[in-house]
Amino acid sequence: MSILIVNGHVIDPSQGLDGRADILVENGTVKKLSANGIKNTKGAEVLDAKGMYVLPGLIDMHTHLREPGFEHKETIRTGTLAALKGGFTTVCAMPNTNPVNDNAGITEYILKKADTGGAARVLPIGAVTKGQKGEELAELYMMRKAGCVAFSDDGKPVSNALIMRRALEYAKGLDALIISHAENLQLSGGGVMNSGFLALTMGLKGSPAVAEEVMVYRDIALAELTGARLHIAHVSTAGSVRIIRQAKERGVRVTAETCPHYFSITEAAVAGYNTSAKVNPPLRSGKDVAAIKEGLRDGTIDVIATDHAPHSPEEKTREFDSAPFGISGLETALSLGFRLVEEGVLDLPGLVKKLTSNPAGILGIERGTLREGAEAEICVLNPEKEFAVNAAELISRGKNTPFDGWRLKGAVEATVFRGRLSRWA
Amino acid sequence: MDDNSRKKHLLGMKELSREEIMHLLNLATSFKDVLRRDIKKVPTLRGRTVVNLFFEPSTRTRTSFELAAKRLSTDVINFSAPSSSILKGESLLDTALTVEALGADIIIIRHSSSGVPHMLARHLKASVINAGDGTNEHPTQALLDAFTIIEKKQETSGLRVAIIGDIIHSRVAKSNIYCLKKLGADVRLIGPATLLPSCWKEMGVEVFTDMDEGLKGVDVVMMLRLQLERQGKAFFPSTEEYFRQWGLSKRRLLSAKPDAIVMHPGPMNRGIEIASDVADGNNSVILEQVTNGLAVRMAVMYHLEEKKEL
Amino acid sequence: MKKSLLDRKEIDRTLTRMSHEIIEKNKGVEDLCLVGIQRGGVYLAERLAKKIKDSEGADVPVGSLDISFYRDDIRIRLPAVSRTEIPFSVDGKKIILVDDVFFTGRSIRAALDAIMDLGRPDLIQLAVLVDRGHRELPIRADYAGKNIPTSRDERVDVLLEEDGHEDSVVLLSAGEAGNGR
Repeated sequence: MSILIVNGHVIDPSQGLDGRADILVENGTVKKLSANGIKNTKGAEVLDAKGMYVLPGLIDMHTHLREPGFEHKETIRTGTLAALKGGFTTVCAMPNTNPVNDNAGITEYILKKADTGGAARVLPIGAVTKGQKGEELAELYMMRKAGCVAFSDDGKPVSNALIMRRALEYAKGLDALIISHAENLQLSGGGVMNSGFLALTMGLKGSPAVAEEVMVYRDIALAELTGARLHIAHVSTAGSVRIIRQAKERGVRVTAETCPHYFSITEAAVAGYNTSAKVNPPLRSGKDVAAIKEGLRDGTIDVIATDHAPHSPEEKTREFDSAPFGISGLETALSLGFRLVEEGVLDLPGLVKKLTSNPAGILGIERGTLREGAEAEICVLNPEKEFAVNAAELISRGKNTPFDGWRLKGAVEATVFRGRLSRWA
Repeated sequence: MDDNSRKKHLLGMKELSREEIMHLLNLATSFKDVLRRDIKKVPTLRGRTVVNLFFEPSTRTRTSFELAAKRLSTDVINFSAPSSSILKGESLLDTALTVEALGADIIIIRHSSSGVPHMLARHLKASVINAGDGTNEHPTQALLDAFTIIEKKQETSGLRVAIIGDIIHSRVAKSNIYCLKKLGADVRLIGPATLLPSCWKEMGVEVFTDMDEGLKGVDVVMMLRLQLERQGKAFFPSTEEYFRQWGLSKRRLLSAKPDAIVMHPGPMNRGIEIASDVADGNNSVILEQVTNGLAVRMAVMYHLEEKKEL
Repeated sequence: MKKSLLDRKEIDRTLTRMSHEIIEKNKGVEDLCLVGIQRGGVYLAERLAKKIKDSEGADVPVGSLDISFYRDDIRIRLPAVSRTEIPFSVDGKKIILVDDVFFTGRSIRAALDAIMDLGRPDLIQLAVLVDRGHRELPIRADYAGKNIPTSRDERVDVLLEEDGHEDSVVLLSAGEAGNGR
């Protein structure tokens, strides 16, 4: 079974491609990529991508698939289907499942499930500490052997600085990446939205920007000390961007990601006690949003990840204080990213880079490329297509999106994964 | 929130216009007339059902709403539930829908989480009255305070009102600020910086840490209850030290105008935020606040039904 | 179509007659009180009191009664609330309840309940300026200024100087009447 994508505009930052080209996929690999056109000689399934962009399948460095343990929120099946619809052919599954992915057995279980039922590739991220308790190091080596691409206690910070230091030192020996959920729990103090006047008027407990920033600073200092690789997850504040920028200038091996909601909306989305906009770190001020965009523009922020955090409608209709944090983000990420292109914050190759080759490079995986001979993982973006986000119609079990009702421009038209062409139009 | 739901609920003073506040206070005057009579009950809302849905214990507010509902001849049910829907098997929304299915026309909600009345209002056909949500609002307290102030001072415009104490955790303070600002009063807040962050200035009020300075020329002294469970959480060193700086004593009251009235939403911590001789003194209107609470809550229930008819 | 039923002079004459009837029926003014139903009834009660004083030389106390809280039609519409001000005890008194237009009798039923909640009068009598018929309850007027046959969907308005009008009683036809009263 072969697939031929013709007349499209190929953008592949891994090869510096930005122009008209056809792509032939055979047996699940990129057989040929040519700017001179490819003839359909063997009766391949043809996708006419005229007026569209053909991109490497997107990579989400930060996804919560919830399986095992929280299948009422999401499963590997529903999560990867949502991913594929959003243009992501690879998702990195965070370890805060039940049981926590803190040993090779769980890692293997997830990979096996993904292999049989996954609609996209799943790359597990292992826990840094056992049970994500922040006390004892998990078996990073064995998990890495089993297939974990990075380590994080995401959802929780590694509060004990000494444990974090040891984790970085140990990971360095494995050339493994540690991803930091940067939050000082004493300072965030049970906050449920951004600290400030809006939180005051809503009577909600605020989590200040500084709760994130002191931790970003701490982990950068530890990375600098140990020489280990550090990746800062879901950067949300102007201060974090500034600290990371300075660290990069000093040559610290730090990379960073942000999420579409941190460059698309502000804390104002929480108004009316909208639990769909309750997320950790919280949505911030307009100033922070501007700084995040600047960080994306100047390269301080390397990656756009979704932090896809699905929850059941029952959980999100709880009172604001007890509703869980998280946004279901896989199906809107690319379109929200495309707004940055329309706004002139990034050019399209710049955006694609942050969704493909940059995360691939940081994770050290051979993906996010349309190089001939590579596994064919492709995302076709229709830049002109407009659609209205309808939370109820998301494929993900998590309908928790603050973008419900938004009109977005730029939709995923089709994807190719494991030799199969899926049309999403 | 759509217009329709804004109409039939009382969620906060933030959402009310000056006109609606004045209308409610005028209605309350009529109901206060009723409360002065031997037969303190009118058949106005006969046949309607009011449910007190309290997720946070409160005898005073619940009793006030209950009696107000009874004075209007409604059938009133008290429904207490544990605060967290996680601890309880049934979700908050299910509890509220169950209560509504019992035939409730008006559901009065108190909850320790801000925004719960707003959330339920979106899902319920019944009218929702916010009887206090987290640290957000307590609108009927602000209405009864405004009613009491107008009763004593004839009007609110240009009055200098000081709200004193644990501002940051106080839904009473917040509702009063919204309400009094809309009624043209000059509002100032007094308290320790740990309980009164400076960003409160953005609400259009003056902020003082020095009590004597803040009380100068004040017409209304509104004390707040100090939540004793805050002690030991680094907000203030001890209740003794707190009283020295922010407690209302007779001597300190001299800084305010001689005819200043002293208010407190209750229950009081005598000797902690307010001295006994001030609480029981000539300037105190604390017990009248309680009586006025009934009239105001009757007015609110009447008004919500009034708006449903339109 | 707007039709004038009574003019200023006729209203005044009618009230004079009613005041005489009240005095005659009660054999004087002892324990007599006038209670007007908000709003038109209040002005009429004050006018009657003045006429009684003119002929008897005695002051008759006047109160105003707001029946909003006692109406039975609040499912249909909640009325605007004004105040009840009755600055005397009704216990043991002869109460003359005064209203402008007597129609279904429901307002009077509400007024009776409202007065009963204020105390225990010896007796209550009803005085109305216009009786337009269509009773829905077994209630009758003791003093009726003028009986005017109407159809149900017409409206009778009593316009008074105290409200900024020229004294008159007018009949509005179905088209203009809106909600009948």
